[in-house]
Amino acid sequence: MKIHEYQAKGILAKFGVPVPRGEVVFKKDEARAVAQRLGTSVVVVKAQIHAGGRGKAGGVKLAKSPDDAATLAEQILGMKLVTPQTGEEGRIVRRLLIEEGLDIKRELYLGILVDRALGLPIFMASAAGGMEIEEVAKDRPEAILREKIDPATGFQPYQARKLAFGLGLTPEQVGAAVPFFQALYRAFIETDASMIEINPCVVTGDGKLVALDAKVTFDDNALYRHPEFKDLRDLEEETPLEVEASKFKLNYIKLDGDIACMVNGAGLAMATMDIIKLSGGSPANFLDVGGGASEEQVKNAFRILLSDPNVRAVFVNIFGGILRCDVLASGVVNAAKELKFKVPVVVRMEGTNVTQGKEILRDSGFNFAVADGMKDGAEKVVKLAGGAR
Amino acid sequence: MSVLVDKNTRLIVQGITGREGSFHAQQMLDYGTKVVAGVTPGKGGTKHLGVPVFNTVAEAVKATKANVSVIFVPPPFAADAILEAMDAGLPLVICITEGVPTLDMVRVAAALKNSRTRLIGPNCPGIISPGKCKIGIMPGSIHKQGNVGVVSRSGTLTYEAVDQLTHLGIGQSTCIGIGGDPIIGTSFLDAIKMFNEDRETHAIVLIGEIGGNAEEVAAEYIKKHVRKPVVGFIAGQTAPPGRRMGHAGAIISGGQGTAAEKYKAMRAAGIHTVQSPAEIGHTMAAALGKSKSKAKPAAKKKAGAGKSKKVAQKKK
Repeated sequence: MKIHEYQAKGILAKFGVPVPRGEVVFKKDEARAVAQRLGTSVVVVKAQIHAGGRGKAGGVKLAKSPDDAATLAEQILGMKLVTPQTGEEGRIVRRLLIEEGLDIKRELYLGILVDRALGLPIFMASAAGGMEIEEVAKDRPEAILREKIDPATGFQPYQARKLAFGLGLTPEQVGAAVPFFQALYRAFIETDASMIEINPCVVTGDGKLVALDAKVTFDDNALYRHPEFKDLRDLEEETPLEVEASKFKLNYIKLDGDIACMVNGAGLAMATMDIIKLSGGSPANFLDVGGGASEEQVKNAFRILLSDPNVRAVFVNIFGGILRCDVLASGVVNAAKELKFKVPVVVRMEGTNVTQGKEILRDSGFNFAVADGMKDGAEKVVKLAGGAR
Repeated sequence: MSVLVDKNTRLIVQGITGREGSFHAQQMLDYGTKVVAGVTPGKGGTKHLGVPVFNTVAEAVKATKANVSVIFVPPPFAADAILEAMDAGLPLVICITEGVPTLDMVRVAAALKNSRTRLIGPNCPGIISPGKCKIGIMPGSIHKQGNVGVVSRSGTLTYEAVDQLTHLGIGQSTCIGIGGDPIIGTSFLDAIKMFNEDRETHAIVLIGEIGGNAEEVAAEYIKKHVRKPVVGFIAGQTAPPGRRMGHAGAIISGGQGTAAEKYKAMRAAGIHTVQSPAEIGHTMAAALGKSKSKAKPAAKKKAGAGKSKKVAQKKK
């Protein structure tokens, strides 16, 4: 689960991570009031969206006065920000973070995540702050310092010192960096984060370390331990159909093609998208209905798939294990009755009770195209969607 | 032979009285798996599906000499269940549960390193040696006893591949679903090593997906050490970057973990790569038929490699 920068900073501050003073606002007048309260000669107006690259896209501006802050807030609120992470459609800015301006001497990078190959959290630090860390990792991997963390002993002060000295901080700055880094690790563990990134962490003119930006992502599987995070979810940052699908525990990701697919199992769902592409078509979505889907689930899935106006045909690809083909077929038929399909549907089923499933489809009176295997199904659906494009 | 599980496997089902545990315990019994015990805290001393239930894994092991455990408990209790099975000294534990928090698995993985227990999963369909032993949620009927080892991060996609093999008359020695999470107990590399050493496994199907670099690591090993034919497929060639495709581990992050990179590594290792998931079976059939003439020239021959190919030839 992603959260906004201001929310991440709020959480990190509770763990003792130094962050700039600032407040979130939704209207231009609030921006003026916050700038007045902050009282610094410069305040920063920062667009809050769930994507990076905001600065370059014009979503971060410096204001020299409270009136200036209000003017900038008016400009940025409602603006559509297009960054490499938002895709072409961009994101509408609905919230701003108004923060005190700082005297920045150095920009550093800090990050914590779980390294999959090691099976351990690692703390990364780099003197190349403020840049895309992926680029740094590619071009100058030696510029990124890494400390592996043993989950039993945790992140030790010597590890923090190693990183801090490695970044070229002065002894006084190292003194401030150690509790900063440790607070960051505590936040990572205690919030069940999957990633924390401070890019940049700045060294100010008076030698302080401050988290100028903050990105925190939570592990979805651990959200049950943190009911308080539920309120941090911003539904406006998510694709409406994905929000709708999540209500029914359907794993749906919208893509930009025109062939909808409904599959059980994540691996098979990805493979189905792949074979549609190989057959000359373009998948409209990823959808995993899950292992134990009911007829009701199948119907919900269809409703969501068909609300995408780009969809010209549907490919149902099910390998029945726990999910029986007869249950699936009844779900498809009920959905067809209730939702009055306007686009062709190709069904490919294999596995448990496949014969009964095929009978149900055949006797339904609807004109489903039944496919023999994944390849046949993909080719049929591409043809029905209007051919390869 | 086969790897990890066979006729001598004596299985404990942790969570046997739950909905999932109960349903699949019955399916496993029907397949002929020796389910010797169940564990549900508080229900010790009772019987479920004719199987004795114990309060703790340790008691179950002591009373039944079980040597493998399969876990069907809900995600908040899965890490604890794995550690309990490890503490009871079981050499093999299979965790089916989907949705285990990553940091729980970090702690479990650290504990496993200092134990004699191998974990498969979590978030996996389990393991089956067709005709001998089925542990997990896969439909037993699509499998056929034979000589191809299958290893995969996925569930239904593995069934798809197995079904293709079976329809072509190609049986399987063992099929291992290693799981779709970022931190798992048994990697592709571990499974490939076992298949490579198993005399009954003559060829290997590797089904990967986007995210991480476990496929690349396995490919590197295959290049150096494996002379058995390997067929490889990667799901997610069309997946957008930065999105988690159902499985917690299936995500391209920072340009890393793409299908293209994995295919490149597999091709460099001499693996028979397949772009279409519908071609896995046919490609294996062809690889088995041609494996003798297709001996990789760049790689050194290993003792025993010729033998496995001969058997594969005979099979055709």
